[in-house]
Amino acid sequence: MATETPPPAKHQLPSPVEFTEAQASAEFGELRRAHRSFAFPLTIAFIAWYLLYVLLSCYAGGFMGTEIAGNINVALVLGLAQFLTTFLIAWWYARHAAAKLDPRAEAIKSRMEGGA
Amino acid sequence: MISAQHTIAAQHTWLAAGEASEHRGLIISLFAVFVAATLVITVWAGRQTKDAADFYAGGRQFTGFQNGLAVSGDYMSAASFLGIAGAIALFGYDGFLYSIGFLVAWLVALLLVAEPLRNSGRYTMGDVLAYRMRQRPVRTAAGTSTIVVSIFYLLAQMAGAGVLVSLLLGITSDSGKIGIVALVGVLMIVYVTIGGMKGTTWVQMVKAVLLIAGAILLTFLVLLKFDFNVSDLLGSAADNSGKGKAFLEPGLKYGATGTSKLDFISLGIALVLGTAGLPHILIRFYTVPTAKAARKSVIWAIGLIGAFYLMTLALGFGAAALIKPAEIIASNKAGNTAAPLLALHLGGVDSNWGAILLASISAVAFATILAVVAGLTLASSSSFAHDIYANVIKKGQATEKQEINAARYATVGIGAVSIVLGALARDLNVAGLVALAFAVAASANLPTILYSLFWKRFTTSGALWSIYGGLVTAVGLVLFSPVVSGKPTSMFPDVDFHWFPLENPGIISIPVGFLLGAVGTLLSKEVPDAEKYAELEVRSLTGTGAH
Repeated sequence: MATETPPPAKHQLPSPVEFTEAQASAEFGELRRAHRSFAFPLTIAFIAWYLLYVLLSCYAGGFMGTEIAGNINVALVLGLAQFLTTFLIAWWYARHAAAKLDPRAEAIKSRMEGGA
Repeated sequence: MISAQHTIAAQHTWLAAGEASEHRGLIISLFAVFVAATLVITVWAGRQTKDAADFYAGGRQFTGFQNGLAVSGDYMSAASFLGIAGAIALFGYDGFLYSIGFLVAWLVALLLVAEPLRNSGRYTMGDVLAYRMRQRPVRTAAGTSTIVVSIFYLLAQMAGAGVLVSLLLGITSDSGKIGIVALVGVLMIVYVTIGGMKGTTWVQMVKAVLLIAGAILLTFLVLLKFDFNVSDLLGSAADNSGKGKAFLEPGLKYGATGTSKLDFISLGIALVLGTAGLPHILIRFYTVPTAKAARKSVIWAIGLIGAFYLMTLALGFGAAALIKPAEIIASNKAGNTAAPLLALHLGGVDSNWGAILLASISAVAFATILAVVAGLTLASSSSFAHDIYANVIKKGQATEKQEINAARYATVGIGAVSIVLGALARDLNVAGLVALAFAVAASANLPTILYSLFWKRFTTSGALWSIYGGLVTAVGLVLFSPVVSGKPTSMFPDVDFHWFPLENPGIISIPVGFLLGAVGTLLSKEVPDAEKYAELEVRSLTGTGAH
């Protein structure tokens, strides 16, 4: 375990005024938008896609039983597709976060903690 | 956790034809090796546990990968190893439906919860919920719901553990089962009081490696039997199951009536929204130094858990293809011993390899149970000590030492309670308990977490309404559901006071939790604390001043 590395230095928390200013800043507004405009619609989308799959399993047995190749049917393919989309969304979010969220968050954090 | 619907409890059967007792010596030796190894780890971790951050959060020095392993170890219970494999072995495709809900649920944690929680909290879920609210009422509510969710989950694992281990060892007497429950309880108390989060994390990592290695081995052996032709494997499973093509289609378990379909939808919603509200999962994100590392943990967990659930497909269909359904059912009605039986058959029923494989897989199942119950105990005792004792009873004036001591006493208390309840519940239908844990987490915790983090207007009353409203609705509906009374599989089969038709309350209680949080906020005249929200929002997204 990486217990050798010292714990991150404890910073004095910036003042309420500093937080309120930071929250109102254009920079933070961009960070919030970059997070919400990605995470919120995507959450709605993957939950809808999951529910569609659950509903098809419950009410569209005939369609789900259609064979595609050998004994592999639509139900199995759609189930595996849920795995695939979950992996893809996780990868996509990691990329988005590294490119659009981390640099902005770092900038605000170091400015706020640097001043404290 | 899958024990939902395939009750591990209430089965009085044992591994077919005394196979278990022949291999008992080997199984017990492997159990003992695992217990000894984890105790060594625990004592070692205990020596390094000095302050509250060590006890509650393992010193926050685990890497994203290590924590991803531990999260997987915390999440994949014996029930999801044995339960899903068994459900697929008996009901084919319908068994697979669970694993999908359990996996997709992680995206909620990844996109909305893990990083903000890591950035703004210290030790418990209550830290984030109470951040900008009046501390005492919200901490009390958060502590209550943490303990309720964890105890129900714990109870299900304990009851399941007793029955499962008894099955694997061929113990059928009541006193034997109670003994197993007590042993599991004592071990989990030792892990948590001595090792704290550090010890628990290492136990969970070891377990995750063993579980995944066991699954890889069995999957490889199954696929080898079918020359890596998946279509052949599915075809043989369908033929051998006696159900034909229907075995590969949805509906064998849940397709019977309109109500059972609705119940499945309700369960599906609870599973997908419950994970990100499970306190024992949430506190794992405090064990890494930064939000980035928390993100990495979730991504590793999604990869590992996803891969594991894909392998359970091979295990389940492999068991269905290679073992007669009657033999699986004779061993355990719910199919919970399908994976160990598969190991025996793959190694050769009368060969030493079969015995060794069976013993190894049984030991993995035992390791799995211990790691999960330790995580649950830690979550509930942390919340008791940090939210209720330190912040409500002591009003924030407790020293770290007092707080850790309170957590240790709470662990012993919670452990003792679960041993007693687990022993009482050993023959009960545990389905309701697990479904309830997920439904309460999704109805009470998730709405409050999301509103706290993302809704500026949210207030103390809103938080109390959503936590207590979600909690009471979920627990209330289960109380009046067929889980508790009115059916042969109920906890109290001889009385009937059920009026709610579904076993899982999620489809009602989750929207109620979200709605009450909004209504409670809009109806209260309370002015939200804008400064505190600024602090929470900036901290949660940037990590400024993170612990």
